[in-house]
Amino acid sequence: MSRNDSKYFSTTKKGEIPELKEELNSQYKDKRKDAVKKVIAAMTVGKDVSSLFTDVVNCMQTENLELKKLVYLYLINYAKSQPDLAILAVNTFVKDSQDPNPLIRALAVRTMGCIRVDKITEYLCDPLQRCLKDDDPYVRKTAAICVAKLYDINAELVEDRGFLESLKDLISDNNPMVVANAVAALAEIQENTSRPIFEISGHTLSKLLTALNECTEWGQVFILDALSRYKAADAREAENIVERVTPRLQHANCAVVLSAVKMILLQMELITSTDVVRNLCKKMAPPLVTLLSAEPEIQYVALRNINLIVQRRPTILAHEIKVFFCKYNDPIYVKMEKLEIMIKLASDRNIDQVLLEFKEYATEVDVDFVRKAVRAIGRCAIKLERAAERCISVLLELIKIKVNYVVQEAIIVIKDIFRRYPNTYESIIATLCESLDTLDEPEAKASMIWIIGEYAERIDNADELLESFLESFPEEPAQVQLQLLTATVKLFLKKPTEGPQQMIQVVLNNATVETDNPDLRDRAYIYWRLLSTDPEAAKDVVLAEKPVITDDSNQLETSLLDELLANIATLSSVYHKPPDAFVTRVHSSAQRTDDEDFPEGSESGFPESPANPANGLSSPSTARQSAPAYATGAPVTPPSGAPVPDLLGDLMGMDNSIVPVDQAATPTGPPLPILLPASTGQGLQISAQLTRQDGQIFYSLLFENNTQVPLDGFMIQFNKNTFGLAAAGPLQVPQVQPGSSARTLLPMVMFQNMSQGPPSSLLQVAVKNSQQPVWYFNDKISLHVFFTEDGRMERSSFLETWRSLPDSNEVSKDFPAIVIGSADATLERLAASNMFFIAKRKNANQDVFYFSAKLPRGIPLLIELTTVIGNPGVKCAIKTPSPEMSPLFFEAIETLLIG
Amino acid sequence: MPVAASAIYFLNLRGDVLINRLYRDDVGGNMVDAFRTHIMQTKELGTCPVRQIGGCSFFYIRISNVYIVIVVSSNANVACAFKFVVEAVALFKSYFGGAFDEDAIRNNFVLIYELLDEIMDFGYPQNLSPEILKLYITQEGVRSPFSSKPSERPVPNATLQVTGAVGWRREGLVYKKNEVFLDIVESVNLLMSSKGVVLRCDVTGKILMKCFLSGMPDLKLGLNDKIGLEKESQLKSRPTKSGKTIELDDVTFHQCVNLTRFNSEKTVSFVPPDGEFELMKYRITEGVNLPFKVLPTIKELGRTRMEVNVKVKSVFGAKMFALGVVVKIPVPKQTAKTSFTVTSGRAKYNASIDCLVWKIRKFPGQTEPTLSAEVELISTMTEKKSWTRPPIQMEFQVPMFTASGLRVRFLKVWEKSGYNTVEWVRYITKAGSYEIRC
Repeated sequence: MSRNDSKYFSTTKKGEIPELKEELNSQYKDKRKDAVKKVIAAMTVGKDVSSLFTDVVNCMQTENLELKKLVYLYLINYAKSQPDLAILAVNTFVKDSQDPNPLIRALAVRTMGCIRVDKITEYLCDPLQRCLKDDDPYVRKTAAICVAKLYDINAELVEDRGFLESLKDLISDNNPMVVANAVAALAEIQENTSRPIFEISGHTLSKLLTALNECTEWGQVFILDALSRYKAADAREAENIVERVTPRLQHANCAVVLSAVKMILLQMELITSTDVVRNLCKKMAPPLVTLLSAEPEIQYVALRNINLIVQRRPTILAHEIKVFFCKYNDPIYVKMEKLEIMIKLASDRNIDQVLLEFKEYATEVDVDFVRKAVRAIGRCAIKLERAAERCISVLLELIKIKVNYVVQEAIIVIKDIFRRYPNTYESIIATLCESLDTLDEPEAKASMIWIIGEYAERIDNADELLESFLESFPEEPAQVQLQLLTATVKLFLKKPTEGPQQMIQVVLNNATVETDNPDLRDRAYIYWRLLSTDPEAAKDVVLAEKPVITDDSNQLETSLLDELLANIATLSSVYHKPPDAFVTRVHSSAQRTDDEDFPEGSESGFPESPANPANGLSSPSTARQSAPAYATGAPVTPPSGAPVPDLLGDLMGMDNSIVPVDQAATPTGPPLPILLPASTGQGLQISAQLTRQDGQIFYSLLFENNTQVPLDGFMIQFNKNTFGLAAAGPLQVPQVQPGSSARTLLPMVMFQNMSQGPPSSLLQVAVKNSQQPVWYFNDKISLHVFFTEDGRMERSSFLETWRSLPDSNEVSKDFPAIVIGSADATLERLAASNMFFIAKRKNANQDVFYFSAKLPRGIPLLIELTTVIGNPGVKCAIKTPSPEMSPLFFEAIETLLIG
Repeated sequence: MPVAASAIYFLNLRGDVLINRLYRDDVGGNMVDAFRTHIMQTKELGTCPVRQIGGCSFFYIRISNVYIVIVVSSNANVACAFKFVVEAVALFKSYFGGAFDEDAIRNNFVLIYELLDEIMDFGYPQNLSPEILKLYITQEGVRSPFSSKPSERPVPNATLQVTGAVGWRREGLVYKKNEVFLDIVESVNLLMSSKGVVLRCDVTGKILMKCFLSGMPDLKLGLNDKIGLEKESQLKSRPTKSGKTIELDDVTFHQCVNLTRFNSEKTVSFVPPDGEFELMKYRITEGVNLPFKVLPTIKELGRTRMEVNVKVKSVFGAKMFALGVVVKIPVPKQTAKTSFTVTSGRAKYNASIDCLVWKIRKFPGQTEPTLSAEVELISTMTEKKSWTRPPIQMEFQVPMFTASGLRVRFLKVWEKSGYNTVEWVRYITKAGSYEIRC
């Protein structure tokens, strides 16, 4: 029989530590060894035995390898808490690292690397250096990993001592395991630094691919994972790599298989030949399926990865849907993942079989699984139009079983099916209504109520049904209350008879006066006002046609999918999250360099404005340039603010001594363009301009009263316009005395009242006050006020976006008269308007600049400016998913460039 | 990053630490407490083997009465981690003589620590081959297969063998009698509908090998699989011999098999490890010979009675027989009384698994015994939900039968000393998940 170490766990209760101390110092070898075992046993169960440090270390110098290993194990655990005493061990370590037995040499280096105490680390360098060049491959493979350990403790030391070079030499070692460990160490070091340390060249690549054949299964994983960072130059190279990697698919080790799959998928992106791709897909299917006969935990990892793989290459497993059928005894986590993949692989061809399976699952025991199965049927209905009817009949069969949670889940998915195929399957509503009283879950209730409201005109007793819910309105969860409110409004709009009218009053009362839920109250008030002012408008709003939904649940976005596929077999692929979403370790220095390309000051005022010789119009330039300073709330006061009223006052020969408005309340600023001259406005002059400050759009207005009476009660209204600009609140202008002026900033919102038709910069404004008629005037929207602050793109994503857009989306325009005098000044000025500099290149004698900007709702603008600095003539090209915006953009850029 | 673990813990079912080994500094020593409070003591246990708690992720497997938990804080290779645990357990079992449970761990904790230090370095798995590790990690009391061998002392060049290209076989082995045992073990997985339609059916097979061969032999295995035979006839420009050929859907090999050569020449050639190992695994979905057909009729007679009739038909040759046949027929929880008649074997009602269990120790081919049972149920007024009939499950072993039809055509052994080898081949088919819905 095996040994009986368990006795070391049992202890005599009294004075354990002193007793151990005594035994550790015993003169008998066996007693000492037993004592150390007891110490390790105590350490394992969580007792603090750090006080025995000196005594244990005293046992270190021994010929007995087993005892030595135990002492080393103790050191790894406690050296950190006793750094001063740890130095006691150094001598033995150094001595051991020169032992004639390679096992002991390796053990010494391996253990030293695990002890994160500065004093030990200092002494590690020399032994490590020796061991990296040791004759014995076992020592070298251990030393290779040790470099990675040391790098984690003290990166500088590793670089100073040239360990990285030694490590790189080991890639050419004749022993495959040394190569594999060196690759693992280098790959890890590379991951923790931004500097290029381990660049895989074509030469390294072929060397490592050869090593693949010889190293252990784990070594193959290290190498495949490291090589997956390699970007093949062209399709041919990619094909070559793939050819060398495919044999790995037959390996019994699942980690080797998944790493090989990762590598093949990455290289496949480059391969253009459809035959080769088809062939590879065929080769990958069987090994992936085989993973499903492994341990359930491994199956789970495989299934999470397969989920990603079928999103990118659905053909690989298109014919294998049967292998994802759940076994009765599969663990629940395996069943859930299989179900997800079955939905993804479901097609018109196999849907009948799949539905039979789902139906079977829907009668199983585990409630969560049953619910997911029912939901799966709904998702298939939404995904496969031709199968929708069959899916619905299965759902109806399930509803007839009358298992409470099955019915509820079915109703939730049927609501979605109605939204996907409006006016198609309403005949089943009657059946649904039979189950009404069994519903007790909020989501199911809300779904049923939604159905009743949506189809109120076809359900004869819709009002009764809703009324039955209304009784418990105050007790319902918010989700149900909101649906009840909306459904009742729908019912009322569709059947404006007495019953619904009473109901609506009850609901509105409940949802406004009696509730604390702001969402509910707001929604109720909106309905109330709509109904009381304009029932027709209410109809337009509430009964508007809804967009048809699609099944995009659990579909990952392309860029995320790319990243996850590059991380196959890792945690990231299991969580379906990019690594930085859950790995907290911060790698410094990588990000900073990017920012440095761009001078700071994009948000502060511009100091350099006078020096701009080519900029013919210098005075508006100054005015505009002080705007951003004002915008960021820097304390800009009078110089430019005061003169305006003065000047006008003098002009009109009015007394200017009274300061009419509170300066603090109405900020002053640069002169604004006059939109309504005093001559037109019977003495009222309005100057206004759209501005952007702190990410918000404002309408900056100046009212000058040249009439004989004080003006008050100012109101403003905007006509429908391309961007749907509207006032975010009422205009706040105090009474304006004759001969004085008032300035205000009106916050604006977008997408409120949008006009149809081609984009136009026209903004029609109406202003009225209590004393005068309504004044109408036109303003011009300058597109750059919409450029958002987050418009900066990384160079790579810029290129990607540029490439991804078709050429038809590119529009260009020449500005023959514009001169760019100084590139820096221009860049800064553009940056202040949220037009961000990406890159610059020389083309013959011309400079080409690239910028990015972003319009609200995430519409990117990619801009290319070509000019010869100091000479007239600028060519501007713009590429964007919304090319119809380009005329507006050209107007804006012209203003910006002129300054 | 192929790192597989920052720390590894072995816990018993109560959550006591049996073994803990920290490999990297990026996880705290107390992370095991998080595992205990957030996974072990909650309903979460068993719902998902990969979990994130705080900044750390936990992977866990339960093996007998032990939880093996791996903790990481980086984007570790999960596949690698789980495979490592599986292999490590196999390694421990080989050291302890088969058992892996709480007692075995407590009794061998020093050895386990020693092995853990050897098989993983800084979170990177190293060599886990039992054959090689036993060369230099030996503890008294360990059952070593070498004890009867000539070389009692550890071989001096152990380190070369750990890292060598043939990292799974040591040099200098000598046997008086050179023997190879091949076991072809197949598991049939079946899912059949109540109407007898095969919904899913596949065979997962493995070839287990036990080698007692001297020196460094080169082996070559020939099967009656289609691709291999075609390739062979191509090479020898001879037409394929008639006879059954089968199509393997997928094959995976032990690391000793030269994969590149398999890919190009379709031959399975290898230098085997000493002793027992799993040479290859394969999967077949086409042309499976099902050994048994099951025809159930279950009638619910009102609220309180059920009538169960099950006929099991053996479809293999009349001269063969199956062993250890068990048919588990599920019945509702509220079963009160059962009575049976069987034409063969014995049946009883097992209340702990809610099944009628019908056992037939020896089941000849081409026969069809039946079971008829009457089941009385306790009538319950509250239970409105109808009974969700789980599938009938079957267990069996059929010696000298392969559901796939796979046969070993040859096994060639070359060794430079040119000795003769004796080869033994056995076939057996077992039930994997053999389910019939009813």
